[in-house]
Amino acid sequence: MSDSDLEAFRAETRAWLEANCPPEMREPIRDEEDVYWGGRNATFKSEAQKAWFEAARDKGYTVPAWPKEYGGAGLSPAQAKVLREEMAAIGARPPLSSFGIWMLGPALLHFGTEGQKQRFLNEIARGEIRWCQGYSEPGSGSDLVSLQTFGEDKGDHWVVNGQKIWTSYADKADWIFCLVRTDKEDKYRGITFMLYDMASEGVSTKPILLISGNSPFCETFFDDVKVPKSYGEDVPAYVGEINRGWDVAKYLLGHEREMISGADGGNTGTIGAALARANGEIDPVLRAELAQFDVDTLAYGAMGEKFLDEIKVGKAHPAQPNMMKYAGTELNKRRHELMMAAGGSHALEWESDETSGGKLSRGWLRTKANSIEGGTSEVMLNVISKRILDLPGA
Amino acid sequence: MPLYFDDDQTMLADTAGQFMAEEGSIKNQLRHWRDRQCKDGFGHALWRQFAEMGFTGMLVDEDDGGLGMGQVEANIVLEEIGRNLTPSPFLSSSVLAATALKHGSNDVKGRWLPDLISGEKVYGVAIDEGRKHRPERIACKAEKSGNGFKLSGKKDFVVYGASSEMIVVAARTSGSDSDKDGVTLFAVPQDASGMSHDSVRLVDSSMASHVTFDGVELDGDAVIGEVDGGRQVLDAMLVAGRVGSAAEGVGVARGAMDMTVDYIKQRKQFGKIIGEFQALQHRAAHLYSEVEIARAVTVKAAQLVDGGSEKADLMASVAKAKVAKVAGLAVREGVQMHGGIGMTDEYDIGLYMKRDRALQEFLGDQYYHAGRVAEMSGY
Repeated sequence: MSDSDLEAFRAETRAWLEANCPPEMREPIRDEEDVYWGGRNATFKSEAQKAWFEAARDKGYTVPAWPKEYGGAGLSPAQAKVLREEMAAIGARPPLSSFGIWMLGPALLHFGTEGQKQRFLNEIARGEIRWCQGYSEPGSGSDLVSLQTFGEDKGDHWVVNGQKIWTSYADKADWIFCLVRTDKEDKYRGITFMLYDMASEGVSTKPILLISGNSPFCETFFDDVKVPKSYGEDVPAYVGEINRGWDVAKYLLGHEREMISGADGGNTGTIGAALARANGEIDPVLRAELAQFDVDTLAYGAMGEKFLDEIKVGKAHPAQPNMMKYAGTELNKRRHELMMAAGGSHALEWESDETSGGKLSRGWLRTKANSIEGGTSEVMLNVISKRILDLPGA
Repeated sequence: MPLYFDDDQTMLADTAGQFMAEEGSIKNQLRHWRDRQCKDGFGHALWRQFAEMGFTGMLVDEDDGGLGMGQVEANIVLEEIGRNLTPSPFLSSSVLAATALKHGSNDVKGRWLPDLISGEKVYGVAIDEGRKHRPERIACKAEKSGNGFKLSGKKDFVVYGASSEMIVVAARTSGSDSDKDGVTLFAVPQDASGMSHDSVRLVDSSMASHVTFDGVELDGDAVIGEVDGGRQVLDAMLVAGRVGSAAEGVGVARGAMDMTVDYIKQRKQFGKIIGEFQALQHRAAHLYSEVEIARAVTVKAAQLVDGGSEKADLMASVAKAKVAKVAGLAVREGVQMHGGIGMTDEYDIGLYMKRDRALQEFLGDQYYHAGRVAEMSGY
């Protein structure tokens, strides 16, 4: 696509956003209800949220880079970048957020059958099914491949027993993509990447109360859950091959790390000026820390841009997402430490209206999980050592 | 524009990389001239090779006989210079002075550019006054005198000043020390009467001068750009020089990191390769991550300079500050992970530490630039 075509697309996109993104949807996200997740039981917080979601859905802009036949808009990487830039320019919220978009979708695009893509990708793009991810177990955190949840082969179905933990929004999800052991003899080649309905008999969830006072994560229990091997012609209930789910999981972890790292352009803004404005006098040593942070975050923003540019043309090192995840999450923790420091006693308020129910302090505590979930910083450093620096025995 | 090199840039990086690794290597250049206590601090033969490669005039417009390339290309050369610690006047002559001369009249260009491009002559820049980089304050004075000017004052940290056939000097022609306006740039020839160099060797074996101007008489045609309007030229020089020195710093960081990672893959203690120890692995991986980020922001800043973006000035300071932090980390970790031999002159890792120290200071250190980022952001 020529530059002039791209500029025409930019003008078109700008006009479309102007016409379809309501002003309320250009306000910063304040709380969980401002995020629209879709799903069977979804409700809209406002008419504006509904209008924005429906306009984006009909245009394919919930998943702009996915092919049109799967509910996307079929945008090229360059066009998708233009759309991201134009949305960022007006502060447009994502019309739909979901683990289906971020994680299952990319896995299906890569490993899925045509039948799976037709069904599941369209459901995700249209916000009809809300997915959750079943990876971690109480005994399998950083060492994920040791997972024990077992699916016993019963011919045309499995019977799944076990427990997952840190399942994000499992209590609100419709379906789960879940790593289940199907061969106890082979650690790496004994895991299947299964897809099944959370309404199945024997599935139960229990929210986990976190230090932030919120419960975005659950424990998820499977007691004799019957999972059929197929949902119809060309729609197997697993992604990739049986016993080869670890390949899919590794692929997806790459995506998760990119997402958490904020490589999509989120969380790279500077904070010094806004904190100084909001909080009045800033201690000179804190000002210096803020300046150092702003340097680091602007530099990381350039890294994110470079990383995405390189991914598009296959120039990025395959293990580079680990580095992005490490640097991005450590930076985000620092960001919130500084926001707390600048906010003083105001930032300590846990329930007040002025702080939207303790958004600052709860947000600060939430960020402590950034460098744990999706692979700890220590695991990221191990992977960089081994796969990029080629250090021995890691 | 994507933040990776296109085919031409990749080819330039390969060519420059090979050239510096062979001709500009630590053994052939830095150690060679240092051990002979060379008064120039660099080799003129190598500088002529720079000219043959087309590097000397790469930033000069094609109409003026140069290659008309941009900051991205100059940065590619500088990163290789940094990686090999190649002593050369490239940054001061071919980036800073060349950027100043871009703003000169045709007479000024005609007088100075041909010899810069051919490698016959080397030019320097005199910006700093005092121990720290504070270009907002210019006290060095040039008073009207007949058809020309009379220059008085002192400049410091004039890199390769005594070896420079011409020095671009920022001086005050009106107003008071901290005024934005009233600065004028002059091309002061080496033989100007009343100019004296106190040339000193720095920690990295490079040479720099304290320059004294004692009523130096200059013709009107020594002026580069507009009288009293030199701040604009100076700002362009500073942006180019800062982004350029960030690129050299990235090269220093990568050179030190690569050398260190190689070393910990070979050194054995307690019956093990020390690179197997997680304590070292995590530090090396953290360093890798920081170096990648420093490199990305430097490429970004160079692209903004070439695109004439209004964000170039901010990102130049971001790049300079980030690279300074990261290159400092790279050389400190380098010496520490080398252990005792890292302290010896025989090993090259210490040379990286020395070069980094000098480069940090050149055109503003990380504290200056982080402070500048805060100011430009409005706090």
